[in-house]
Amino acid sequence: MPQALDIRQNKYSDVTQEEKDRLFQECKDDERWSHILYGCYECGICVAACPSARFYDFSPRLIAQAVAREDTDLIYTLMNDSVWDCSQCFSCDRCPRGNSPGQVITVMREVAVKNGLNTAKEALEGYGRIIYKIMSTGSQVSPDMLQPNAFPDWGHHVHDIAENLDVWRKALPPETLHTIETGWKVDEKTIIELYLIWHMTGVMDLILGIDEGLHMILVDVMEERLEEAGYDIEFD
Amino acid sequence: MIHLPVLKASDRLFKIDPEEAPTHDLRDELFQLEKEGELEVIRVPEPYMEVKTKYGRIKKIPVEKTWHHKSCGQCGHIPGYSTSIFWLNRAFGLDYYDPTDQTSCTAWNYYASATSNPEAQAAVAIRNFAAAHEVGYFPLIHCGTSFGHYKEVRHALVHQPELRRKVRDIMKRLGKKLVVPEEVVHYSEWVLAMRDRIAERQVIDMSHITATVHPACHYHKLIEEDAVYDSEIYGAQRSAIVTATLQALGINVADYSTWFDCCGFGFRHILVSRDFSRSFSVQRKIEVMREEANPDITVTHDTGCVTTLDQSQVVGKAHKKKVGLPVMADSQVAALAMGAHPYKVLQLHWHNTDNKPFLRKLGIDVDKTWAEFQAECDLIKAGKKEFMTWEDAEK
Repeated sequence: MPQALDIRQNKYSDVTQEEKDRLFQECKDDERWSHILYGCYECGICVAACPSARFYDFSPRLIAQAVAREDTDLIYTLMNDSVWDCSQCFSCDRCPRGNSPGQVITVMREVAVKNGLNTAKEALEGYGRIIYKIMSTGSQVSPDMLQPNAFPDWGHHVHDIAENLDVWRKALPPETLHTIETGWKVDEKTIIELYLIWHMTGVMDLILGIDEGLHMILVDVMEERLEEAGYDIEFD
Repeated sequence: MIHLPVLKASDRLFKIDPEEAPTHDLRDELFQLEKEGELEVIRVPEPYMEVKTKYGRIKKIPVEKTWHHKSCGQCGHIPGYSTSIFWLNRAFGLDYYDPTDQTSCTAWNYYASATSNPEAQAAVAIRNFAAAHEVGYFPLIHCGTSFGHYKEVRHALVHQPELRRKVRDIMKRLGKKLVVPEEVVHYSEWVLAMRDRIAERQVIDMSHITATVHPACHYHKLIEEDAVYDSEIYGAQRSAIVTATLQALGINVADYSTWFDCCGFGFRHILVSRDFSRSFSVQRKIEVMREEANPDITVTHDTGCVTTLDQSQVVGKAHKKKVGLPVMADSQVAALAMGAHPYKVLQLHWHNTDNKPFLRKLGIDVDKTWAEFQAECDLIKAGKKEFMTWEDAEK
C-alpha cells in the first residue's frame, strides 16, 4: 500500500530554514518558473485529472498551493516525499489558471537531484542501469533489457523474446534495427557528440551528486571513447 | 430566478478560429529570429499536406524527404511499430531516411529521473535536428514524448535568449548550426494526413471492427495548440489524431469515459514502480474500454502507451480483471489494412496480449502467416541468410 504523505512541519526539523529557503530559491531561479506558476484557484481540476492522485497520497494542487504561497517548510517536505510519485503526464496542464504543476515538479525534482537529497537517491535506486543505458548508448531501453528477471510481471512472453532475441532482431526488415544493446544502430561520432553534450552542460556533475558509483562507471566508458576519438577530456 | 441554457457536452460546438487563439503562432517568431541571425529554420519540404491544429492554424506535414527520429521504446521493445511506418513509406514509394546519426531525445529519462537539465535537453534536440538538416531531410518524430518534448524545447529556445546562446555555443563546438524545424511533426500526423491515400490502397475490410483510441498525453497535453483537431471529429473538442485515421479505414471508433486519462506509463513508474502502471492501465483504461465499448482492439500512437496498455494486462488477467484487449499503433493498423504481413512487418510477436482473434476477425490466416515468419527465422538460424530483408518482408 502506498504510504500516507506526512506533512507535519516537524518532519524535517533537523534541516535549517535557510537550507529550505535556499532550495526553493533555486526552484524560483529556474527560467521556466514564471511561465508555469500563476497562483491557484483551488478548483481541483489538476487533482481530478491526475493519475498519481488516484493511487498515491499525492496532490498536484497541494504542490501548486505550497509553491504559490512560498511555504518553504511544506515545499521541502513535498520535494522529499511527494514529487517522485508524479507521472509527468501533464494532465494537470488543464489548469484554468495556466499553472503546470507537472512542470513545477520537474523543476523541484531537478533541484532535489542537483543537491543530492537522500530521498532523490532513494527514488532513483534501481534506476541507475537506465541512466547508464541512456547516457552511454544514446537510447533509453534496448532489446537485451527484455529479460524475465527484469520484467517478471510481463509473463511468459518475455521468456519467448529473450530466447529468440538474436534471431527476431535479425528478422526485422530495417537494417538499423538489427541491434541488441541499443534500440537502433547509433554512429560512433553521434555517441561522441552526446558525451560532449553531457560534459558541456554539467550533467555529469548531476550524476556525481546522486550516484558516485554510476558516475565512476560512466566516466570510465566516456573517457576511453572520447580519447579514442581524439578528445582529451577529464570529468571531475 | 435566472434560467441558464444547459448544453449537453455533445451539443457544444467548438469554433476553430485562429484569430481567437489564446496562443500565438510560434513560426512568426522563429522566422523573425532567423532574420536576426539567431538561428536557422528548417523548412517543411514540398510537397506538403495541410492539417488543422487546435485553434485552426494550418500545420504543414511533409509527404516525403522525412528523417525518421526513431523511438528507444518502439525500436527496442515493439519494433513492428517503426517497421510499419517505414513499410508505409516504401509502399507509397516515398523518399525517407532512416538515420544512424540519431540519439534518443533522452526525455524519457529526464521525466523519470531529472538527471539532466534544460541546456542538455535542448542541445540533444538541436543536435538531432542538425543531423537531419545536414543530409537534406526533415525530422519526423516517432515517439509521443519526443514530439511533446521537442515542442517544449522549440518554445523555450524562442522565448529564452540565454538558453539560445548556450545551445548555439554548444552546437558551434560540435561543428553544427542552431537549426529549428518550422514544424514539429509526429508520425501519426503524417499517417492522418495520408489516410485517404492509405484507404485507397486498403485490401483488408475493417468495417466490422470496433476500436477505442488512447491519445498520448505528451502528444496533446504539451503545447496543446500544436495538436491536430478537426471539427468533424468529436466536434473538435479533443484531438482528431488516430481517430480520423481509423475512421478513414472504415473502423467504428467507440468512445469511453476515461479517454483523457494517461495510460499509466509514468516514466519512472514503468521501470521501477510498475505496480502503479499496471493498476492504472488495467483499472482506468482497459477495463473501462471493455465495459463501455467492448472493442476488438485499442489503438494509440506512442511508445509508452502501447507498451503499458499491452504489457499490463498480464497481471490483470491473473487477477481475473476484464482484460484481453489487443493493443497496436495506428501505423500497424494502417499497414495491416494495406496488406502488410502481421509478423514480418507488424512484428506482432513482440506484443503480449493475444491479437490472434482480432487478426482472424479480419480474415487473416494466423497459422499460415506465422509459419511464413518462422520460415524466415529458420533460414537465419541455419545461417542461410544473415537478415530478413525488405524484399523478404514484402513477398
